[in-house]
Amino acid sequence: MTYQEFKDILYNGVWKQNTGVVQLLGMCPILAVSTSVVNGVSLGLATSVVMALSGAAIAPIRGIVPNEARIPVFILIIAVLVTLIQYLMNAYMYSLYVVLGIFIPLIVTNCIVLARIEAFAAKNPPLQSALDGLAMGLGLTAVLAILGGLREIFGHGTLLSGIDMALGESAKSLVITVVPNYHGFLLAILPPGAFLTLGCLIAGKNWLNLRAEKKLKDAASLEAAFPAAHA
Amino acid sequence: MRRTLAKASFYTAVNLLAFALLGTAILAFTYNQTHERIEQSVEAEKLKLISQIVPQALFDNDVIADTLKITPDPLLGTEDATTAYRARLKGKPSVLVMEAVAPDGYSGKVALLIAIRDNGELAGVRVVSDRETPGLGDYIEIAKSKWILQFNGTSLAKYNGENWQVKKDGGQFDYMAGATISPRAVVKAVHKALQYFAQHQDALFAGTSLGVTP
Repeated sequence: MTYQEFKDILYNGVWKQNTGVVQLLGMCPILAVSTSVVNGVSLGLATSVVMALSGAAIAPIRGIVPNEARIPVFILIIAVLVTLIQYLMNAYMYSLYVVLGIFIPLIVTNCIVLARIEAFAAKNPPLQSALDGLAMGLGLTAVLAILGGLREIFGHGTLLSGIDMALGESAKSLVITVVPNYHGFLLAILPPGAFLTLGCLIAGKNWLNLRAEKKLKDAASLEAAFPAAHA
Repeated sequence: MRRTLAKASFYTAVNLLAFALLGTAILAFTYNQTHERIEQSVEAEKLKLISQIVPQALFDNDVIADTLKITPDPLLGTEDATTAYRARLKGKPSVLVMEAVAPDGYSGKVALLIAIRDNGELAGVRVVSDRETPGLGDYIEIAKSKWILQFNGTSLAKYNGENWQVKKDGGQFDYMAGATISPRAVVKAVHKALQYFAQHQDALFAGTSLGVTP
């Protein structure tokens, strides 16, 4: 894998084709789980691991699976990986499992995993496929973190609440109370709040894209008007 | 043509079968390697919850091992046989920890773990699982608020029937405005569980099952 390839895959996953705000795949877990930063990031990281592993596991066998059977085989492999992770987490990281337990089986049904396998891992070598899965997962994690953060601030007036469940009692001091004595804003916590916040995030990303485009165009027209400026 | 088609189908079927077998083998192996540890962590978690509601000074036995099977009972709201845990101090019964279900929570069933001392007083109540709205009805969970602690020390002797309601209905128990339904359900379920305990107290501390044909 060349450096350029590495950069492209990473940029594609985290920004250009971001699963959360561009491809809009796997909305169900995104909207359901993003009620707080800790929840969002936890599911995001778990999904990243599953996506990276399934990319790495499926790319090497892409040649021997007949085309007609590829979807069931891919789903089977993803399901095996997810169950494997569930067993291992349950056995060795129990406190994290208590928090993430209900979300892990959801990853199997998250269409983003199968979508990336179909679009990328089925056509590319293992290393690249693993990186693609990881990059897509990290892009999703970033969106979930921002979404969870916004909903948590508006809904509860806190940030990072529940981090002690993931990192242990000592992490309790990391919880930030943004608005003291906040009475809560239920809409932000309920599903409509998820849709509204996600809408704002998509609008924000499009605005950034348009601005970058405009800058490029301005620079080009400036170049055309004063060709000597760079000489 | 037909032969190649048959061959292709056969190849596909064998391929699927091979992956299914491989997947099953991997999972079976991992399950075998991990299930003991998983059971240990589940037990440890249970013990943690039980030690939260049963004061350490009240028992010296292996609470997790001293169990009793209880048949479903309308007073407990249970639909399947449940397991109760018995804490004893110097061989004498001290606290019974049993499961109960409040069927009429705002978003469905609320599963409870209820610890009752041998004098009929509540040692503690915890919500084990619920589907309450985050930020609204979930204050019945200890992680969200101290609401559930108000049961500590209450008993049938302390409050009579009328008082086993939320304050809004004329009882003794606090609630939060806007989310009364689930607290009401929990109070009712705890009250019924206490009645069950009063009816069966002796049987609950003897034998290994109550109403269950072994």
